[in-house]
Amino acid sequence: MATTLKIALVGNPNTGKSTLFNLLTGLNQKIGNFPGITVDKKTGFCKLSAKQQAEIVDLPGTYSLYPKSRDESIVFQVLADKKNSSHPDLIVLVADATNLRRNLLLYSQVADLRIPVVLALNMTDMANKEGININIDELSKRLGIQVVAISARSKTGLDALKQAIANTTTIPTQVNGTDVNVFAAAAIDEAKAILATDNDYFALQILHQHEHLEIYTAQQHANFEQIKKAHQFESSKLQAAETIARYRYLSTVLTGVIEDTGALKKFAFSDKIDSVLTNRFWGFFIFLFILFFIFNAIFSWSEYPMSLIEGAFGWIAKKGHQYLPDGMLTNLLLDGVVAGLGGIIVFIPQIAILFALISILEDTGYMARVTFMMDKIMRKFGMSGKSVVPMIGSFACAVPSIMSARNIENWKDRIITIMVSPLVSCSARLPVYTLLISLIIPDTKLFGFISMQALALMGMYLISIIAAVTVAFVMKFMIKATEKSYFIMELPVYRMPRWSNVLFTMYEKSKTFVFEAGKVIIAISIVLWVMATYGPSEKFEQIETKYAKIEMQKDSVQISTLERDKSAEKLENSYAGILGRSIEPVIKPLGFDWKIGIALITSFAAREAFVGTMATIYSVDNGEENTGTIRDKMREATNPETGLPIFTFATGFSLMLFYAFAMQCMSTVAVVYRETKSWKWPLIQTVYMTAMAYVASLIAYQFLK
Amino acid sequence: MNLSQLNPGERGTIVAFTDLEMSVKLMEMGCLPGEVVEVERFAPLGDPMAIRVAGYQLCLRKNEASVIIIS
Repeated sequence: MATTLKIALVGNPNTGKSTLFNLLTGLNQKIGNFPGITVDKKTGFCKLSAKQQAEIVDLPGTYSLYPKSRDESIVFQVLADKKNSSHPDLIVLVADATNLRRNLLLYSQVADLRIPVVLALNMTDMANKEGININIDELSKRLGIQVVAISARSKTGLDALKQAIANTTTIPTQVNGTDVNVFAAAAIDEAKAILATDNDYFALQILHQHEHLEIYTAQQHANFEQIKKAHQFESSKLQAAETIARYRYLSTVLTGVIEDTGALKKFAFSDKIDSVLTNRFWGFFIFLFILFFIFNAIFSWSEYPMSLIEGAFGWIAKKGHQYLPDGMLTNLLLDGVVAGLGGIIVFIPQIAILFALISILEDTGYMARVTFMMDKIMRKFGMSGKSVVPMIGSFACAVPSIMSARNIENWKDRIITIMVSPLVSCSARLPVYTLLISLIIPDTKLFGFISMQALALMGMYLISIIAAVTVAFVMKFMIKATEKSYFIMELPVYRMPRWSNVLFTMYEKSKTFVFEAGKVIIAISIVLWVMATYGPSEKFEQIETKYAKIEMQKDSVQISTLERDKSAEKLENSYAGILGRSIEPVIKPLGFDWKIGIALITSFAAREAFVGTMATIYSVDNGEENTGTIRDKMREATNPETGLPIFTFATGFSLMLFYAFAMQCMSTVAVVYRETKSWKWPLIQTVYMTAMAYVASLIAYQFLK
Repeated sequence: MNLSQLNPGERGTIVAFTDLEMSVKLMEMGCLPGEVVEVERFAPLGDPMAIRVAGYQLCLRKNEASVIIIS
């Protein structure tokens, strides 16, 4: 049996930590939660030797053990709490060799916690190119630990790193660099007694941030407070003094170790790009162009794979009805499960493209420039430049984006970002939009190359952004600020995207979508099929006898239309039909009939369910022989009373607006609850969004009909 | 004089900070007393600003830059 070593990856943001993590663990990783807190915890396994493997956890990037945001606070929580399930046996500190001194600040803090450390100097190839030479052996000697030069990008030095990890002893070897006892010796000693530790720095850290740690009892917290009071423990002042002392120590360590001959060379290229991309005039233009490019790509690149998938599922349903014995089980399988499954799989191309493009923007460093350019605007709307990332991420999915809002240090900025993020059109709305747009907007090209449908899609996204910033602006005046907001952020140099990371993100997000959303959708599809197929038995018997009687009298030519009438009447009287009918009076002013009503109800679990619901309802409605796509079925749908098509421009647009604004996502409600730790915010959010959706649809339909 | 008053291309040496809490964050990011800073550019709307310090590019708002006293 191989032994398992627990390893934590720690480092500054933008050091290639995640790339290293992907390289070490390959596809052998999983995403979970840190116990008690909802930060994504990425863990994976890596084989060190035949006898030894390592469980690696990727901790959030941070500049210091003193956290400035909730995400960053995880790092100290994991490293401080020996009982934490992620507490490592060994830390691999990933440092950017092109900016070593600042990166080593975190190292010197981590080293003082007395956990064994290996230092991985990443991007050494880049550093060499820029004329930075680092004497690895000397650095290793001075720090007292193993230092390995690697390049995650060109995949060099990985074997040496694994070797170093395997060689590490369980006893920390690092040299004690900074004597923290000079800062608050008496307070540290008293804290050490309570904590039963002999580690000065650990005690000092606990005094600084014990209130954020849930591992101590109320009595212990009170004791720490008492110590701080008795010794006039001024947190900010001590942190400032500590930081200066650490940099002083690092300066001595690095003297003679690092040789920089081309200090300014590395910026020349980045500067040139910046002068265009963040240009006063062109900057926003380019940003808008990139956004349009993304939407166009989502539409046009996915067309071919999507039609393939649609075709494949249509073929399965057709063949299934041909060869499988007729019966309830076959119908459930083909019209419930297969139809629902097809409704999910078909969106993989779009989701993969969206996430690929977002990860390219992040990887190249452009996203950081977007935050830089947008900060002033976002501040006007009560948010910060950092809100741009969750907002853009919300184009994909509000759930991870709301979690990524932890990077926003200021509470008010963060809460407003969380409140408006679900308004930004997520990928779950994309299927709804694409389906409805293809029904109500002609597939023509403006000036021969701009697709009208893509333009309409971009319009929906613009509406959602306008709604989000407007709501944010209103909330800015309603929510009281409790602290200063700040925006101090590194602008990484431009780099080529790491294509393996891009592919990885595509794979990971598509997988999550299929499995997480898929579970819900399949379940809803089955429940729905049952509800749409069965109804109060008394009613159903009446219909059977009624049609049996008519059939006796008519000749065979009319039987097929009779079949359709019969299944339509059955659907209307099924449990789903009854449910849809009961809400019809409320949604009729919006232009929706009871069938759409059923879709609205199922969509309250998740928006993606709309397409699946439509597929199921129309499959049931049209009887068994129908194998056309959902789109065709919906296009042919007519109002039985007037004979006019149901999906007119007015209804389609009203429906899209409803989906744009309404809070129809249980996962979002749940994540907002977890992130804000109260029901107040998710409740306010659900109410305001649903009200907005209703009013917007009402106005749109009444004007357009 | 403080950092926010510089024009793009101008340099200065950090002398002190007027805000203790902010200084911790700034120092962690490499803005230490004695360090030379150069203003790179301002965002298209005039705020925030990008500076070069300790061998990398940092962006911060003007009101944050104004706590950094330079000479």
